[in-house]
Amino acid sequence: MEAVAIVGAAMTRIERERKADGYADLVYEATRAALDDAGMSIDQIDNVVTVSNDFFDGRTISSMAIMDACGSYDKNVTTVEGDGTFGAFFGLMRVLSGSYGTTLVCAHHKGSESQMPLITNAMFDPIYARMLGIEAITSSALQARAYMTKYGISEEQCALVSVKNHGNAFKNPVAQLPLELTVEKVMSSPYIADPIKLLDCCPISDGASAIILATEERAKKITDKPVWAKGVAHCSTAYHLGDHELHDVSALEEAAKKAYSMAGIKDPAKEIDLVELYDAFTYMEPLWLEGLGFCEQGGGGKLTESGKTAAAGELPVNVSGGCLSGNPVLAAGLNRMIECALQIRGDAGEHQVDGVKTALAHGINGPCGQSHCVWVLGGEK
Amino acid sequence: MAEEKKDLITLESGEMAQPFNWTAGVYGSKFLTELRDNKKFVGVKCPKCGKVYVPPRRVCGPCFEELTELVPVSDEGELITFTVVSFGFVDPATGAQKAVPYGYAAIMLDGSDTVLLHYVNETDPAKIKIGARVKAVFEEQRTGSLLDIKHFELI
Repeated sequence: MEAVAIVGAAMTRIERERKADGYADLVYEATRAALDDAGMSIDQIDNVVTVSNDFFDGRTISSMAIMDACGSYDKNVTTVEGDGTFGAFFGLMRVLSGSYGTTLVCAHHKGSESQMPLITNAMFDPIYARMLGIEAITSSALQARAYMTKYGISEEQCALVSVKNHGNAFKNPVAQLPLELTVEKVMSSPYIADPIKLLDCCPISDGASAIILATEERAKKITDKPVWAKGVAHCSTAYHLGDHELHDVSALEEAAKKAYSMAGIKDPAKEIDLVELYDAFTYMEPLWLEGLGFCEQGGGGKLTESGKTAAAGELPVNVSGGCLSGNPVLAAGLNRMIECALQIRGDAGEHQVDGVKTALAHGINGPCGQSHCVWVLGGEK
Repeated sequence: MAEEKKDLITLESGEMAQPFNWTAGVYGSKFLTELRDNKKFVGVKCPKCGKVYVPPRRVCGPCFEELTELVPVSDEGELITFTVVSFGFVDPATGAQKAVPYGYAAIMLDGSDTVLLHYVNETDPAKIKIGARVKAVFEEQRTGSLLDIKHFELI
């Protein structure tokens, strides 16, 4: 693949409710900040990809209601429905097409304006599933139970993820929910859908984020700290929940394998310095770490217990606080990429990890990780 | 932008809805008709890999083969995974809220290779186990919907 770099990246503060700001306000704030981060003006942006979802916005996103706010007036602007990591993939393709030297990718989400269970219920089949009330939490609880039973993962091991990630959030000024927790506190929080308890769940959030991608030629003119897309892939599995076993994460394994192959990575545990993954629920962190090949199948609980995934550990995971500490759903994956980019640049401030050369960002679409997108980012081409 | 919260206006969408008439298709209609009229389950078998899908559908995803052979499957099966749900869910179609807690499960009927999602009539997690045997309990009045199954009971 020809070299493409992230040359600008920014996200808004993640909050429970940004009452004064609509979608477009959030998008403008993120776009402005990403341009400032890159030292660019809007006329240097060749095309724009926006990321959202019709149901979350409460309108059809293809009608480009945020086109002013993302600076796409008189430009080629299009939308990707789903997570920001997938939007960024499309942005990358547009740069690789040779038609555009730069692509702005922005994503926004206002969880505060809608009824989350009704919207995530709408992911499911209207003939066979919706009327039974299934939505994001219930489906994740089914997956958590299947995974934890299959491999003997304990609720305490999952609670450790909550303790770690909410603790990490104290050092991240944009995180919504830093919390001082203990395993006991997490374990004594009420069940929402067992085995998932309140403190195993991400919060509802508002936020937006933006990145600017550029060809090598343009990137070198824009910044002396480009963050290169070393490898990226996404892979999807069945729409109908339960067409395959829920503890089976072969779509993630496939996406990771392809991304590693592009990036020339043979042993991810040795060659990747930091991971930002989509931890909407605690059990997802060990499960996705297994799928990403950082340990064997079923080893995610022990990996978490070992302390290796702590901010000061061998493989820091979600040093930002992760989705557990703020989950503007569709921007959340783009936030993972931005966190990785800042860490690689050495610009992560108080939560900077020393010596991050290569980092992995991960996003999901659909219930229980129906689709996974894996990005390997690096400071060297 | 900084404004006092009291000065901010929000507009409610109210009770407006987006009504749809989703077709269940030929196979889906057969499946729902069998549930309604005969309290029986129908699946469809892939000619290539032999996998039986319940509810039946047109295409086997992994094989990309068209499916034509409808096959009967049992009203009993195995509990693959479950949860006890403690938060209320309002059915967007009816506005009715399901009483909590309720059991929710993925069930693989005997003769099927995919799971069906439905309620299970047990709310004590200690009394439910993955691998438990379950059987469908039907409503007296049936309309041709997944809700014609009242729930699955542990047997």
